[in-house]
Amino acid sequence: MRSWLKLRGGADGGRRRSLGTLVASWLVFGAMFLYFFLPLLATFLHSIKPRPNDIPDPTLAYRQVLADERFYVGLGYSFLVGVITIIISLLIIVPTAYWVRLRAPRLRPVVEFLTLMPFVVPPVVFVFGLIRTFGGPPFQLLATNFGSDLVLVAAYVILSFPYMYRAVDTGLAVIDVRTLTEASQSLGANWARILWRVIFPNLRTAILSGAFLTLAIVIGEYTIAQFLARTWAFGPYLSLLGRNAPYTPAVVSLISFGLTWIAMFMIAYLGRGSRQIQVAGAR
Amino acid sequence: MSYLVLTDVRKQFGEFVAVQSFNLTAERGEFVSFLGPSGCGKTTTLRMIAGFEQPTAGQIVLDGEDITNRPPNKRNVGMVFQSYALFPNMTVADNIGFGLKVRKRPSDQIKKRVDELLELMNLPDKGSRYPYQLSGGQQQRVALARALAFEPQVLLLDEPLSALDAKIRVALRQEIRSIQRQLGITTVYVTHDQEEALSLSDRVVVMSQGRMEQVGTPFEIYNFPTTAFVASFVGTLNILPGIVTDAARGEVTIAGQPVRIDRKFEGSEGSDVRVALRPEMVSLGADAANGANRLTGKVRDVNFLGSIVRIRIGLGDGGAVVVLDEFNEPTLKLPQRDETVTISFPQDGPLVLDASAQVESVEALIAEA
Amino acid sequence: MAEAVAPSERGAPPARPVRRFPRNWLGLIPFFLFSFLFMILPTSFLMIGSFQKDDQFSLQNYADLNTGIIPGAFFTSIEISLVTAIAGGIVGFALAYVVILGGLPKFLRTATLTFSGVASNFAGVPLALAFIFTLGQLGILTVFLQGLGLNIYEGDFRLTGKFGLELVYLYFQIPLMVLIIAPAIDGLKKEWREAAENMGATPAQFWWRVALPILMPSILGTMVLLFGNAFGAQATAYQLTGGTLNIITLVITSQIRGDVLHNPGLGYAAAVGMIGIMVVSISVYTVLQRRSERWLRS
Repeated sequence: MRSWLKLRGGADGGRRRSLGTLVASWLVFGAMFLYFFLPLLATFLHSIKPRPNDIPDPTLAYRQVLADERFYVGLGYSFLVGVITIIISLLIIVPTAYWVRLRAPRLRPVVEFLTLMPFVVPPVVFVFGLIRTFGGPPFQLLATNFGSDLVLVAAYVILSFPYMYRAVDTGLAVIDVRTLTEASQSLGANWARILWRVIFPNLRTAILSGAFLTLAIVIGEYTIAQFLARTWAFGPYLSLLGRNAPYTPAVVSLISFGLTWIAMFMIAYLGRGSRQIQVAGAR
Repeated sequence: MSYLVLTDVRKQFGEFVAVQSFNLTAERGEFVSFLGPSGCGKTTTLRMIAGFEQPTAGQIVLDGEDITNRPPNKRNVGMVFQSYALFPNMTVADNIGFGLKVRKRPSDQIKKRVDELLELMNLPDKGSRYPYQLSGGQQQRVALARALAFEPQVLLLDEPLSALDAKIRVALRQEIRSIQRQLGITTVYVTHDQEEALSLSDRVVVMSQGRMEQVGTPFEIYNFPTTAFVASFVGTLNILPGIVTDAARGEVTIAGQPVRIDRKFEGSEGSDVRVALRPEMVSLGADAANGANRLTGKVRDVNFLGSIVRIRIGLGDGGAVVVLDEFNEPTLKLPQRDETVTISFPQDGPLVLDASAQVESVEALIAEA
Repeated sequence: MAEAVAPSERGAPPARPVRRFPRNWLGLIPFFLFSFLFMILPTSFLMIGSFQKDDQFSLQNYADLNTGIIPGAFFTSIEISLVTAIAGGIVGFALAYVVILGGLPKFLRTATLTFSGVASNFAGVPLALAFIFTLGQLGILTVFLQGLGLNIYEGDFRLTGKFGLELVYLYFQIPLMVLIIAPAIDGLKKEWREAAENMGATPAQFWWRVALPILMPSILGTMVLLFGNAFGAQATAYQLTGGTLNIITLVITSQIRGDVLHNPGLGYAAAVGMIGIMVVSISVYTVLQRRSERWLRS
């Protein structure tokens, strides 16, 4: 037993550790495990809790959710918005990152500062500003559904900038974009062709990473969607459920958690071998 | 008086044996090098002396005390790491004084000692700098000062110069040796650079694959290697294919030409052997000395290397190649390519190796470069 | 542009530097345009609005930040953010340390880091719900403790109160700390510990004199990041408390819903105040980050 304790030396290559350190480590880990696991367990238990009638029915909540049209509308709408956001974001970010690296390196601090603005302006303040700007003259966009959708997508694109830019920029660094460009140019390609046929394909991993994170953020987003009156979006839908229905919100919560987990797993899988961290932060 | 004694020290990682049965007795003030290629166990052995690895078996005794099982922070040894390992958050002075601070010496004493060492290392005004502000060579000197500050019983150095430029390396290693002599501190120095080991040490331990191949003075190691490995690792070597004529009388043929060797070897008539010969033992021209071996061959290449001219000569049908070095001299008359020349070497010069022995030859070294 | 015109008029140097100047920026125009339209403009509108009272330019709004519920809201927000930043920082560091250097099996490190990636994104509505399910009036933990004779709701505890919110916020603060500090802990060279030991330091002395000082810029910087993170959070708080807790993001929420402050300019001033606090925190983070990178890279 003692030798097992000694061998399991952790990341430090089997350095011997005192029994006290190991005990303390396990205690800390155990406490943390409880803290993080209990809410998830509670959510799960709530989702299978039968109604207070005589027949226990663990799948009732699940069936109710899957039968609820609003669930599909919410997921579908948010997913669609997410995909559109990703496309627009890529169309803006990839050329930008490319240009900054190759043609305008002196503008890098400016560009990086701008991509980090979403961290400086919290979502609730951001939507506040959006409403004031686009709700009144001269834009008057928020009166129509289309206008509001437009602003929503634009807001999400801005929100995605930090992650997209970081992912693409790192991807460009890894593939040594300068050399690739020079090689392409010496072979006669023009800018559009270089971007489309050389840069984009090599950035696939970086792009997918950024895309998954953006998707996870968009699907879970509540504040901006709510205040732009997109109450059928997934975030507001879950919020409404949570305030009114007893058990179905647990199911949707679990689904949301599951989707996030899948997104993160994809990102980790795509990023295997690199040392990047992708964090989204509070909402 | 034996100061540092390692007895049958062995280190095993699971199935892998990193160090087999290491035995060493070092005197006080002696400078011992562990020399060998990567993975030979030299660093592992050093780390066992420092206490960072626990020997699987064996004993380490320092000044009469058994320190085999003592934790590293209770041994009185000072270690200099390959990557310097200076604490980035502390100034040079704080780095050097760290060992004393931990031993709770009064701060004025610490300051005095730190200043002493800065003087010794020739870094008098660098005390308040941070490591990142210093060059590699300066950082290494700080690391050395740090290891010496608390007056350890043994100084351990783990390839301290391998991260530095060639010129700085040569300058710094002389400094290390002179400081060591001045302080009279027992020192163990690990390196894969044989020039370093030979020029600095009182004694050298040549290691390979966890084994001690040979222990001796640099002179002994170089001139009287006892194993094929030592012969090939230390210095450069010509390896010539030979056929035994009469082992008892030391006669072989190399490229069909008769050679007499004044060292004991074994082999039946007609068996293949390899004859190892140092380039500096071979000279151009028929040596007038009585009994010197002579071989005839054609010049393949003449390479001017600065202070040395390296001449490659093919013997016989070109299978055997001898490399010999001549000191460069403006009046030197060098042979031309394809010229037929005679070379000679003394009878007690060569070493006879088993045909199957694994050795590196000069040819192999040139091919790898 | 005026600079670009002059040399070509003089005609002497090659025209290329002149033509390259605007062309280099061409590729960046979509980005700048987009950022301007949807980021800078809204923020500017907020700032402009904050200087308007009764349709006139006025600094009164900023003075009025000290009235009514606003100072309390700022104070509570800052308090909650500080508490969760410090607590989250300490606990997150402990968890990261334990899982990397604490002697636990290696797979726990990967599992913890992956989970942290998910958990740091598990904020907002689902998180609030999960905690309601756990510690709400009918939550499984509440009920479980009641079974043991402990009624947590007997005293002052309310999940919807300040402490409850702090407890919930830790769920994404701790993982965020773990994710950011893990590479820094990895960056601690093994040789530093060995050198310290070699010179006679105990593990505690090593941590106190070498490791913690080296990590401190990273730890502090991340705590600042955690502060900003909690400060701007809204969805979680709204779902958990129904908007009843007096924190500044919820004040803004109510203001957007319907001018509860009866003064649009004041609302904008509060929003600008929030931005100001975030700017300060991001700046401090950047400075600390640079320092830690320099040391850990050496």
